[in-house]
Amino acid sequence: MFKSEKITKIILYASSALIVLVSAGIVLSLMNGSIPAFKEFGLKFIISNDWNPTEGKENYGALPFIAGTVITSFIAIIICLPLAFSTSLFIGEYYRGTRLAGIVGTMVDMLAGIPSIVYGLWGFYVLRPLIVDLGLSAQGYGIFTAGIILAIMIIPYATSISTEIIMMVSSELKEGAYSLGATRKDVIFSVIIPNARSGIFTSYILAFGRALGETMAVTMLIGNTNLIPRGFFDTGNTMASVIANQFGEADGLKLSALITIGLLLFVITGIINGIGKLIIKRM
Amino acid sequence: MSEIIKHIEDPVLDIQKLSIAYNKDKYAVTDVNAGIKRKRVTAIMGPSGCGKSTLLRAINRMHDLYSNIVIDGKVFLNGEDTSELSAIHLRRKIGMVFQRPNPFPTMSIYDNVLAGYKLNGIRLKKTQRDEIVEETLQDVTLWDEVKDSLLKKGTFLSGGQQQRLCIARALAFKPDVLLLDEPTSALDPVATKKVEELLIKLKKNYTILLVTHNMSQAARISDFSMFMYMGELVEYGKTKDMFINPLDKRTEEYLTGKFS
Ligand SMILES: Nc1ncnc2c1ncn2[C@@H]1O[C@H](COP(=O)(O)OP(=O)(O)OP(=O)(O)O)[C@@H](O)[C@H]1O
Ligand SMILES: [Mg+2]
Repeated sequence: MFKSEKITKIILYASSALIVLVSAGIVLSLMNGSIPAFKEFGLKFIISNDWNPTEGKENYGALPFIAGTVITSFIAIIICLPLAFSTSLFIGEYYRGTRLAGIVGTMVDMLAGIPSIVYGLWGFYVLRPLIVDLGLSAQGYGIFTAGIILAIMIIPYATSISTEIIMMVSSELKEGAYSLGATRKDVIFSVIIPNARSGIFTSYILAFGRALGETMAVTMLIGNTNLIPRGFFDTGNTMASVIANQFGEADGLKLSALITIGLLLFVITGIINGIGKLIIKRM
Repeated sequence: MSEIIKHIEDPVLDIQKLSIAYNKDKYAVTDVNAGIKRKRVTAIMGPSGCGKSTLLRAINRMHDLYSNIVIDGKVFLNGEDTSELSAIHLRRKIGMVFQRPNPFPTMSIYDNVLAGYKLNGIRLKKTQRDEIVEETLQDVTLWDEVKDSLLKKGTFLSGGQQQRLCIARALAFKPDVLLLDEPTSALDPVATKKVEELLIKLKKNYTILLVTHNMSQAARISDFSMFMYMGELVEYGKTKDMFINPLDKRTEEYLTGKFS
């Protein structure tokens, strides 16, 4: 009895310690790998938009990828926002508890389960030709195409968190409003949304965080050019997609530059998720 | 049924053959008939699960919010069939106060009092609003306690103050009837006493229908009492008569604490 408790304890401690070690190890090795690039370029790495691997003239700046990441994620969140918002009201309030809400909810969850590569493939064969047919761009690649795919990929996250938050608004408050003669619309806009506001906001922050790091589908659709996009239908690259694209043939300083981008991406998504979790905790 | 008051002259509410079922064939309220006297406090008593809340919520048609609830019979408000009024219109004429204080946490005390107007999109001038807020808060004896913090959130108040704020919110429209479902069961004795005194004061102007678990509360503040048992209205009469001389054996057993 006593002994088995001790063994249990050891196993629990050991697994937790292993996980701590692994994550610390990842962070440390990223930091270590980024040292050469940091030594060479310093903070200029973040604000320079020159990405030149030619031997002798080697120069690496991450600005085009930072810009590409932020822009595609913003496009995604702006498209996602109205859709996720309406859908979460549909599932969490209007048709709450009905079969219809169940079906829609399952479909939304299903979207979350589709692997990134499948989204990329669909985007490549369906969305990209559509963009070409609409005359929006010649090849159909670009930040807009990538943004749409990203939007579809993050909708389930924003929707499922918002739905839960909306369902958490107590029925006592809603009945209180109804008892004063409020209509359904009044209750939604004057009771549910104000009370769920910070939670709904958080769901978009978390969804934005996911968009920042999304890799495969974006890489397949963004066009992979190392320039800061100047227009909606321009091609570009994100931090994740440049790594996916170029790590194979990279070594030396270039590899270090890619690792630094990885570290940056990790820090940015970490901060975004941290903010989201903080708001949820304080609700 | 022993002594159901058979007839009340000019009742505010007239409940006729009212039966309510949450699930088919399992009635929570069966065949209730009662007229509610104007500007009096009528208490609804009975053991847990006997259908008090279900009956009360039929009066302002809260059951409309949920599907599958079967309602037979009719409720008249000042002679008008409530099922033929719009629910929104009806609920403005019948205020409701819940078991747990539920002021809107995103609104100030001031806005909570005016919530009925805001929710219904009724625009008022600033002077009118100020007047309604002050008058209503005076009515519920909350004005002196909150007049300096009207813009604070209502949820900062104590439980008893919150409940009086909710009563104010329900009265801001000057309804004909005020429904209260165990309004003091979440409050301490001091706060309970304040609410009781308030209800006695309010019956000068309002008809009050009060569900209560607490027999002594019914005895203290009600003029008429109903005793319900398993969905049935067993006895309905003047509170004094019922407490001194209950006619039905079940009422007597309940009042003497044989079951609760
Ligand atoms: N939403 C609901 N769905 C199904 N059955 C319900 C629902 N609400 C109440 N009931 C049932 O209806 C009956 C009457 O309930 P009601 O809440 O009216 O009783 P009550 O007298 O108010 O009890 P309490 O004193 O505990 O508040 C009970 O048997 C209860 O289980
Ligand atoms: Mg009840």
